[in-house]
Amino acid sequence: MIHFENIHKTYPGAQPLHVLKGLDLHIEQGDYVSIMGASGSGKSTMLNILGILDDYDTGTYHLDGKLIKDLSETRSAQLRNELVGFVFQSFNLINFKNALENVALPLYYKGVSRKKRHAMALEYLDRMGLKDWWHHYPNELSGGQKQRIAIARALIAQPKIILADEPTGALDSITTEEVMQVLSDVNKEGITMVIVTHEASVAEKTKRIIHLKDGIIESDLFNIPFNLQTSAHHEVSRV
Amino acid sequence: MRFLEFDTLTEILLTMKQNKLRSFLTGFAVSWGIFMLIILLGSGNGLKNGITSNFSDRATNSMMIWGGRTTMPYKGFKAYRRLQLTNNEVTMLKNHFKEIDLITGEVNRNSMVSYKQESGSYEISGIQPGYNGINTLKINKGRFINDMDLKHERKVIVLPRKVAELLFKGDDPLGKWVKVDGLSFQVVGIDATAERGEGSSCYIPLTTAQKVYHLGIETYRISFTVNGLHSEEANEDFGKQIRAYLGRQLIVHPEDLNSIGLWNQAADYVQTMKIFSTIDLFVLFIGICTLIAGLVGVGNIMVITVKERTREFGIRKSLGATPGTILNSILLESVVVTTLFGYVGMLFGIGILELISMAMGGQGGGGESNMQIFANPTVDLKVVLGATLLLIIAGLIAGYIPARKAVRIKPIEAMRAE
Repeated sequence: MIHFENIHKTYPGAQPLHVLKGLDLHIEQGDYVSIMGASGSGKSTMLNILGILDDYDTGTYHLDGKLIKDLSETRSAQLRNELVGFVFQSFNLINFKNALENVALPLYYKGVSRKKRHAMALEYLDRMGLKDWWHHYPNELSGGQKQRIAIARALIAQPKIILADEPTGALDSITTEEVMQVLSDVNKEGITMVIVTHEASVAEKTKRIIHLKDGIIESDLFNIPFNLQTSAHHEVSRV
Repeated sequence: MRFLEFDTLTEILLTMKQNKLRSFLTGFAVSWGIFMLIILLGSGNGLKNGITSNFSDRATNSMMIWGGRTTMPYKGFKAYRRLQLTNNEVTMLKNHFKEIDLITGEVNRNSMVSYKQESGSYEISGIQPGYNGINTLKINKGRFINDMDLKHERKVIVLPRKVAELLFKGDDPLGKWVKVDGLSFQVVGIDATAERGEGSSCYIPLTTAQKVYHLGIETYRISFTVNGLHSEEANEDFGKQIRAYLGRQLIVHPEDLNSIGLWNQAADYVQTMKIFSTIDLFVLFIGICTLIAGLVGVGNIMVITVKERTREFGIRKSLGATPGTILNSILLESVVVTTLFGYVGMLFGIGILELISMAMGGQGGGGESNMQIFANPTVDLKVVLGATLLLIIAGLIAGYIPARKAVRIKPIEAMRAE
């Protein structure tokens, strides 16, 4: 599903910043992966490249079999719309739109009719247990509710992967549990899930934990047995 | 491209509703600009209509010549000789100058005109059919003097409406006989030209007049209309040609041509129109400047809007909004704001002009003999359509710069902007 081959990324400037230094990463369909690392390790950059929000310098990136390189803005917007769903730490809901309209937004850019996308948005809100809240605006909702709306929005265009950037960063421990449960339920439907987090408790709930350090992968471990809450990690053979 | 879809428009209205005060203030600037433009243009037109209505009794391309007295001796003639125009000059002018369209000789006298017990002293003009056309008469009953009348020196007369009313006291004057200095003339037409100033004439055929008043083939004046002269220079030049030609016919010293009287309405008209086109240009300039002030306002607000919505655009981009859709939505918002509010301003402007028009129409009628300086202050449809087009284009320009900025927003950076 996701294939990074020797990806390099340098941010130009007075002092060019070499962030990704030959990153190799392979994530298969249905994987449930967390990416950890200190700030400056390159995990945000990696996520941006993953989500076709940013470009890279050398190497190749294939997403769902398509080479993602030197795409026009329009094309990358289309691919984002088609393949990727985002979940952010700060939810990134649009304040002047109610829950339903927020969830329906990706379908608007897909060109789905108003009636149909509202029906679908209601369905996805229902899956998140927020059907009765459809007419509420983001500022009338709790953090957990907002993040569930953001997840519904990420899912509605039926993407192949969900990229979550610190999805629980702004939530308390109880709502964190809730949101992680929702994400793992989504993953069980076969959607590839990549979560960037610095919280070990969050990473623990994923099936595979990747540690980044200084722009390369430091460790890539299967979290086995991930349901049994043991801390045993096994080195994964590089694919 | 889903440029004008219902969805796109609802999105725009929604964002406009987000900031009602700002939308209103922006819109007001545009409304005011277009309002002022319409009012200014309308007033300019009103002034123009008022002034030109004073020309309208005579065709704007007409000239008149008359004999004067020479001031120099020439070819055996003494100085201070009276120059006499005749029917011959009428024919010769018409034949010689292809620019001349309608032409008439004119003689006039005051005579007693009577019908039964009623009588009065009125001006009688002997003219040729071309007179109606050089002077715009309104023959609302019967007909004007025609060529057959002239040829047969018929005793027919066209009375001004007022004279007819005074003499006939409500009887139908057509076909009746009136006496002019004791001779019977049959009334063939009524001239209802709105009488401005004094003295509207009773018209009889030139040949009849020459016979009745024992003038032979003399004519006092010759009037004609000229085609194809559009500039002041061309008019002046043509006047010189006429004088030179008549100077040869009447044996006038080439230095003394000013003894031939010539009045050129066209030159006056062209000059006046020149003043008006200058005023028009000036008014347009001020109007457009006002409008630009409004549009800069729109552009300004759009810049702020884009800045405030940076994060939102970032989110939209991450959800699959293409640069095209972002560009569209901002441009369209700008166009919708300018067009909507511009239209309101335009309606107000036209409304006020209409009110002025109505108010002035209400008190008209009394000012029959007044010089008008203001009439019918309207803007024509072309100007309104032009202004609308201008608004749309201006809206696009006002929106484009901020829109470009919005398109360049990187989703990641935008979403961090909190």
